[in-house]
Amino acid sequence: MAKYLIGLYDDDEKLLSAVEHIKREGVPIHEVCTPFPVHGLDTILGLKKSRLPDAAFVYGALGTLTALSMQIYMYTIDWPTNIGGKSHLPFPSFIPVTFELTVLFAGVLLFLSYLAVNRLYPGQRARVFHPRQTDDAFVVAIADTAAWDKAKELFQKTGAFEIQVVEL
Amino acid sequence: MYESPIREPLILGRKTYKQITDDIVGPILGPASWKWYVTTAFTALVMFAGFAAIAYTIWVGIGTWGLNKTVGWAFDITNFVFWIGIGHAGTLISAILLLFRQRWRMAINRAAEAMTIFAVICAGLFPIIHMGRPWLLFWFLPLPNTHGSLWVNFNSPLLWDVFAISTYFTISLLFWYTGLIPDLATVRDRAKPGSFARIAYSILSFGWRGTAKEWQRFEAVSLVLAGLSTPLVLSVHSIVSFDFATSILPGWHTTIFPPYFVAGAIFSGFGMVLTLMIITREVMNLKDYITLEHIDAMAKVTMVTGMMVGFAYATEFFIAWYSGSYWERYIFLNRAFGPYWWSYWAMVTCNLFIPQVFWVKKLRRSPWFVFIISIFVNIGMWFERFVIIVTSLHRDFLTSSWRMYAPTWVEVTILTGSFGLFLTLYLLFARYFPVIATAETKSILKTSGDQYAGLSYEAYLAQKKATAPAPAAMPALNPDEPKS
Repeated sequence: MAKYLIGLYDDDEKLLSAVEHIKREGVPIHEVCTPFPVHGLDTILGLKKSRLPDAAFVYGALGTLTALSMQIYMYTIDWPTNIGGKSHLPFPSFIPVTFELTVLFAGVLLFLSYLAVNRLYPGQRARVFHPRQTDDAFVVAIADTAAWDKAKELFQKTGAFEIQVVEL
Repeated sequence: MYESPIREPLILGRKTYKQITDDIVGPILGPASWKWYVTTAFTALVMFAGFAAIAYTIWVGIGTWGLNKTVGWAFDITNFVFWIGIGHAGTLISAILLLFRQRWRMAINRAAEAMTIFAVICAGLFPIIHMGRPWLLFWFLPLPNTHGSLWVNFNSPLLWDVFAISTYFTISLLFWYTGLIPDLATVRDRAKPGSFARIAYSILSFGWRGTAKEWQRFEAVSLVLAGLSTPLVLSVHSIVSFDFATSILPGWHTTIFPPYFVAGAIFSGFGMVLTLMIITREVMNLKDYITLEHIDAMAKVTMVTGMMVGFAYATEFFIAWYSGSYWERYIFLNRAFGPYWWSYWAMVTCNLFIPQVFWVKKLRRSPWFVFIISIFVNIGMWFERFVIIVTSLHRDFLTSSWRMYAPTWVEVTILTGSFGLFLTLYLLFARYFPVIATAETKSILKTSGDQYAGLSYEAYLAQKKATAPAPAAMPALNPDEPKS
């Protein structure tokens, strides 16, 4: 069980300027939780760009290779079947399945990676600071107890409508 | 963010974030009205009647259907293509309109995506029961077997279909669920601690908290999934059209099929979205979110895609004449003036002529009128598939084998049963899941809410001043200033 000092804001623009201010005052921010994606928040917090899109490309390429090698193995190497005298390596015929498996691999593995890096899974305990954070409140949480006094002052200054200590 | 007053607001009623949650998530935790129970019981009954007819088909055999030696594909494949088409609007709204940054998609994407998933479930039913021996479904998969292994035929569009439909279902489901997780977390946090709903939505929401990093990844993943879904949705109906186009049968063997089928799919899908959304906004009281502006936009898409389909009808006739092929010409004349003339003209009337009323803005903005037109669109697009399949088959190259086709009660019950299945799933979804993407709607409130959008620039600045934190609370951020 860790204790956090949280400040609640009622507006995304207020939150952005508050986070910027708190950050500039050198108070370490543990987490910011919002009910919807707030644009610009990741740059202010200095979050690194997500590498999930790059991973999706790799997964897709894996799907392409799997599909092509599967079809070439089955149709050309393992048992070349004569169907109306058509080629044993009908490359154009392989395209639809190759495309579908590329999308399937990219989508499914991307979704699983997304859940994994966010530690999301059925049965995961939601460590929610305040029940309104998924509704209409924007939460800034401070973990470092040494900075609490200063953080409290900054919360008040930047227009937080509620400040409290929570235990998770 | 300032937006020009030309854009109409997409969220009415001067909503706050709290009100959006109350309006959309509130009803999920409240009691359902008796009307919901009655409607769901009725659709479930229709669904089970359909299941009984399917059981009868499997028990007795495909002979219970009206198929004959000449017309080997009819009702079932018509229904399959119809339902797959219905699904396409959901992906179009969620993926393609996301890439084009169309904000009006936010109010309808969740329900349209759900519709896609349910429609693909209905569609998948038909080829499986059409096989006659559905327990041999695994023969479609490239699995090692004791016959050699004798592998599946990768030259066959029917095999491509298996890959296309299953990929489409999986990706649509993941895309839908990715968006649902944050909204299910909202339901979780509103439910009474310790209640059954709390536990159920905790499991469903996977422990979502809405941290900055989670949202950053959420947006990245949504965009990539949208980018994957866009070519996917085009490929799925193209591959469905290959089932016909790669054959050598006059009436099917045309290169126009892939774009024609995709346009038709979007058209029919929007028809179904309009049908369901007009009822949903009325029954669930969501008129502030699914506004006349949304209905107007969807009606425009319906009319444009309807005309694309109409253009394809005309092109087919022109090419049939221009090809100089005797059989090709006959098939098309037979379509319009043969024994199935009524189905052809029902199709042209419903798909091309009737949607022309949407040129009139007033009509696009009267929900009940649009609702009636959307029913015509659904009927017309069902007939389009019937026309393509049955009229091309029923008179083949030998006059001695010409046959007429009529469905039996078994086939009709399976069709109504698929509607029962679709509506039952939709009703369950509308009851237990947020029908509108709550988090995304909140994110566009400040650009599309009626208290912000459509203002003059001066009024916008005044509004901004009022909502901005008081200047006294925000001292100038000067890094050189001695820290307090």
